[in-house]
Formats: sequence, C-alpha cells, structure tokens
Amino acid sequence: MQDATRTDTEAAPPEDEAVASFAGPTGLKGRIANLLYVSPAIVPLVVLLAAIAIFGLLLGERFFSPFALTLILQQVAIIGIVASAQSLVILTAGIDLSVGAVMILSSVVMGKFTFDLGLPPAVGVLCGLVCGLICGTISGYLVAFWKLPPFIVTLGMWQIVLAANFLYSGSEVIRSQDIAEQAPLLQFFGNTIEIGGAVFTYGVILLLVLVAALSYALGQTAWGRHVYAVGDDPQAAELSGVNVRRTLISVYALAGLICAFAGWALIGRIGSVSPQAGQLANIESITAVVIGGISLFGGRGSVAGTLFGALIVGVFTLGLRLLGADVQWTYLLIGVLIIAAVSVDQRIRRASL
Amino acid sequence: MNGLKAGALGLVATTALAGTAAAEGSVCLITKDATNPFFVKMAEGAFAKAAELGVELRSFAGKFDGDHETQVAAIETCMAAEVDGILLVASDTKAITGSVQQARDAGMLVIALDTPLDPIDAADMTFATDNFEAGRLIGEWAAKTMGDTSDARIGLLNINVSQPTVGVLRNQGFLTGFGVDIGDANRWGDEEDPRIVGHELSGGNAEGGREGMENLLAIDQSINVVYTINEPAAAGAYEALRSFGMQDDVLIVSVDGGCPGVEDVAEGVIGATAQQYPLDMAALGVEAVANYAATGEKPEATEGKAFFDTGVGLVTASPVDGMEQLSVEEGLARCWG
Repeated sequence: MQDATRTDTEAAPPEDEAVASFAGPTGLKGRIANLLYVSPAIVPLVVLLAAIAIFGLLLGERFFSPFALTLILQQVAIIGIVASAQSLVILTAGIDLSVGAVMILSSVVMGKFTFDLGLPPAVGVLCGLVCGLICGTISGYLVAFWKLPPFIVTLGMWQIVLAANFLYSGSEVIRSQDIAEQAPLLQFFGNTIEIGGAVFTYGVILLLVLVAALSYALGQTAWGRHVYAVGDDPQAAELSGVNVRRTLISVYALAGLICAFAGWALIGRIGSVSPQAGQLANIESITAVVIGGISLFGGRGSVAGTLFGALIVGVFTLGLRLLGADVQWTYLLIGVLIIAAVSVDQRIRRASL
Repeated sequence: MNGLKAGALGLVATTALAGTAAAEGSVCLITKDATNPFFVKMAEGAFAKAAELGVELRSFAGKFDGDHETQVAAIETCMAAEVDGILLVASDTKAITGSVQQARDAGMLVIALDTPLDPIDAADMTFATDNFEAGRLIGEWAAKTMGDTSDARIGLLNINVSQPTVGVLRNQGFLTGFGVDIGDANRWGDEEDPRIVGHELSGGNAEGGREGMENLLAIDQSINVVYTINEPAAAGAYEALRSFGMQDDVLIVSVDGGCPGVEDVAEGVIGATAQQYPLDMAALGVEAVANYAATGEKPEATEGKAFFDTGVGLVTASPVDGMEQLSVEEGLARCWG
C-alpha cells in the first residue's frame, strides 16, 4: 500500500515544519499547499463547518440548536471512538477490519461476566477491556512478527472474534432494565450532562478526551513520532533506531483496548448488551478516517481529522433526514465525500513536492 | 447450549442430524442467518419436533440476513441429499424462486416459513404470521388506549430502505388499525395524514432504534405514539426517549413477542406487542413434511388467506375493552428468544 506514493512522502517529512519550510514553498498557492500538508485536519474541518453552515441556513433553528448539534455528537460517539482506534492503525499504513467485532465481543464479555458469572460489575468491565486488549495484541503480534498483511490478519480476526461473540452469547440480549437495576456501571457512558439545551453523554466526553489524549500522544511523545515514522517508512524507521515491531504491537493493542472502551460506551448508548450491534462499525470507522484526511498509505493525518470526519458523516445524516431527503442520498453523498477526500489527499502530496 | 447450537448452524456446510435410526422422512431447514434469536428459536422448534416424530432434520443458514448465495447452495445440498421437503426462510424472496422450482420439480415439498416468497405460490405453502394483522392489532390497541386520536403525533420506526414485505405489512397494518389512510398499500412513506411526524429506519436493532428515535425527535418533539418494527428497535427508541426524559409521554408499540420484548411490556417500556410464534412455524413445517413423506398430502392454507396463519397474540399489561389480549404471564409462557 505504500509504494505508489513513496517518492512523494520522502520529500517532506510531514510533522516537521522547519524541514518543510526548508523545501521552500513560494507564493500563496505554495503556502496553502504546504499548510494543508502540515495540518491535514484543516480540509475536513472546513468541510465540516461549511456543512454545518449550509444545513443551518436550510433548516434554521431545527438544526442550528444546541439540541440538534449535540445530538450529532451523541450519534457519532461510538463510531468516533472506534475510528480513533482505526486512525492509529491506518497511520502505520495498516488497516483494522476487526474493530467492530472486538467492540461487540468486549461488550458481551462485560455483560456476560457480570450477569452469568456473577462478578462485580467493575471486574466484568475490566475483563471486557482486557478482552479487547488481547484481541488487539494478537493482531499486532501477527502483523509485527509474522509479517502478515494487516488486511488479512484483521480479516481473519474479524471472523474469529465475531464467531466467538455469537458462540459465547448465543445471540441473547441482556436487557437495559436488568442492567440499570443490577449493574448500572455498565451503562456509565450513557449518563448525561445538560448545559443549556446541549446534552452531552459521558460517551461523548470519552470521545473528546480520547481524541485530545491521542493527539497529544501522537504529536508530543516519542511513541507518537515512532508511529508516524513506522507508517511513513518502516525500513527508514528501523535504521533510525525505532523498534518497529514493538511500535506496531503497541498500536494494535491500544486500538483493541480503545475498541473495548467503545463497547462499554455502546452499552451506555443502547442500554442493553446486544451481540448483534455494531456490524458495520469497521466500514463506518474507515469512512470517518478517510474523510478525516488520514492517508491510507500511512504516516500522515491526525486524530482530530478523524473526529471531524465522523462529525461530517453525522451532520450529513441528520441534516438530510431533517430535510426529508431519501436516506439513499446520504449514502450517495458520503460516497462522494470519500472519493473527494482521497483525491484531495493525493493532490496535497503532489503539490507539496 | 443455545450458543453451541447457533454456532453449529452458522457453519453452512455443517449438517446437523436429529432423530432416530428409523427415520420416517427427512427435511431441511434453511434460515436467513444463525444469529437472530428468531431463527435460533425456530431451529430449536424444528429439532424438537423432528426428534419427536423421528424425522431426519438438516439445518442450514445464510451467513447474514440477505445472504442469498448460501441459501441457493443449501437448496442444492438438500436436493443432492434427496430429502422429502424443505422449510425455507428466504433472504431474497424473488431470486430464490428458481432454485425452489427445481426442488419442487424434483418432488420435494417446499414450505416458506415466516416470509412469503414472491410470488407467494412459488412455494407449496407458506407458514407465517399474518404481519398485517399483527400491525393492525397494535394499531387498534394504541388508538383505544389514547381514546381521542386527533392529537396523536405518530413516529414510525421501520426496518430499512428496501421496504421488505414483512415491514410494509406491519407498518400498514399499524396505521390501518390506528385509523390512518395508508395510500398505496405496498409501500410506506406515502401517507398524507398530518398526524404522522415521520418515518425513520431502525435496522431492526437497538442501535438503529435509538438513532431513528433521536432523528424523529429532532424533527418534532411532540411525538406521542411510536410504532416499531420489532422489540430491539423499541428498546432502542425507549433509550432515546429516556435520555430526553420523555419516556412517560410516549406510547411505544411493537411486533415479535421475544422474551426480552415481553419483559419490556411487563415493565412499561413497550405498551403492547404482537407476538408471533416461530417455534410453531417450524414444528408445523416439520409435521407437514413428515405427513407429505407418509401420505403425499400437501398442507392447506388458512381459510380466506393465501397462506397458513400460525397465529398472532396481542400481549399487553394494560388491556383495553373489545380486544382479545394476552397477559404478560401468558406472553412469557409462549415467548421465544
């Protein structure tokens, strides 16, 4: 997945402004191109603001209200969290098809361990989180040490984890009211804070905190540099002393853990533990990541962009529904956005040479 | 145990055998998927009846709802095994008819369970819930519970964009029972009654139910009656209402009669649900095939209908006058999944 654009990325390491300015972009066009290269989250942010403005103009207060705008946040919270995990993996030039399955299995483990094994809810939740961590670590190990392509590894893990989910749960739902009565901790992320008509669930706050934390970790720590370096060019990273294998495993393991948190947040959102939820989470998370401007070739992009990508999808979905458009138009427009986002990514790479 | 069975069904190539050595007849059960509790229970009903009658039962399922190819392969396998009959819950009701015809030409009795084929006479018989009647019952119950329906603000949580027949029938049944002019009976969304706030899609699951309900509330917060395609969608819709503190202002009705759904009726999450009987569908299907193998007789349709009606029961904790209703206890005694 990396070869096609290898020459483009070598010219300007994306995260180092000093080196980029050394390459010397001149004129307004060059500067804009450079800005877009350095801050890949700008394009999705502009699209997001434009979409909010347009729907705000068309729909007025129905859309441009704290209620509707925070509703969008609630609706994208789960996919946003999963997409953050997906972002980490895609930054290493990988892909994780198992994110949704890991999320569901983790939530089922939380529910079943608490209700069937009679563990205290906190222990059940912990077991669910460990379950996600283990799933991610296995994928990471296979990618890093066995050198298997991430697509294949996670395609396999997706099937394995999903089947394990159905085998273990027997497709049986744990009801919202039982959870609220016996183990309210499982619904923790469904709690809400209301600030003047704006409703934030703890799940939304988890998403925002997660994005902030990952942005910091990726931008300001050695580990973050290593993630970008491995995604950009693993051989070069290896030669510069980066432990590529350990970095890869840590990324997949962390992604698995984040998916488990998404599973916990999912219980809060739908109230119940449902083995059949989240079937499209892998595709939806990749959609958010791509629209958010993260390069599928690895090494370029930011988690903030992913958040914007998820929000763009949420804005289009709710906005078009409020306009009364056929739901197929939403899918069509999201398809257009995906292709547009990838084209922009390619152009920025070329322009910044 | 359920889990193990569901898993075994999931392996498409796996044939599960039940019954005694002296098998009288053999039958295939092909469901849409092996994860939906409705089909898991249906298979359990079939296995129990097959064991009782000494019929050999093979069970197959698509990998997911909509997996047409796997169902075609399953029919081919059943033809190769020369079974006496096939019980089929079709994923693609039009496309499957070619394979079904081949099986019938080979002398097998094909019974559509739950979902009629298109056209309905492509199968020898259909054993199903009358979904229009199921919808009509909950619609009438909702109207009677409200009394004066002129102030009704109706939200409809349907299944998906393709408007499958079962979903259309339930939706139109509900509106008819409630007293709304449905326009074209073959599709939802063309009604012009101002009491309807909107149609949203739920995917028939809790996640989609919550999102659909949120979208309806974003359109109009005065909604006071919500129809849902099934009980998971109803549970999701209730979560959305609860998050806005509106759970006591809105009447939710649903269809299915799964055990979690009936418990939701008991606790007031769902006002009333129309219960269907998948175990009966499967058990009656196995019986019909056994009878066909022994005597060559095919099952007859319910009088006045194009299919064999396996019945529907209205389950509610707040009964109204002038309707036949099941109590929660009766509903729990007959619930599935």
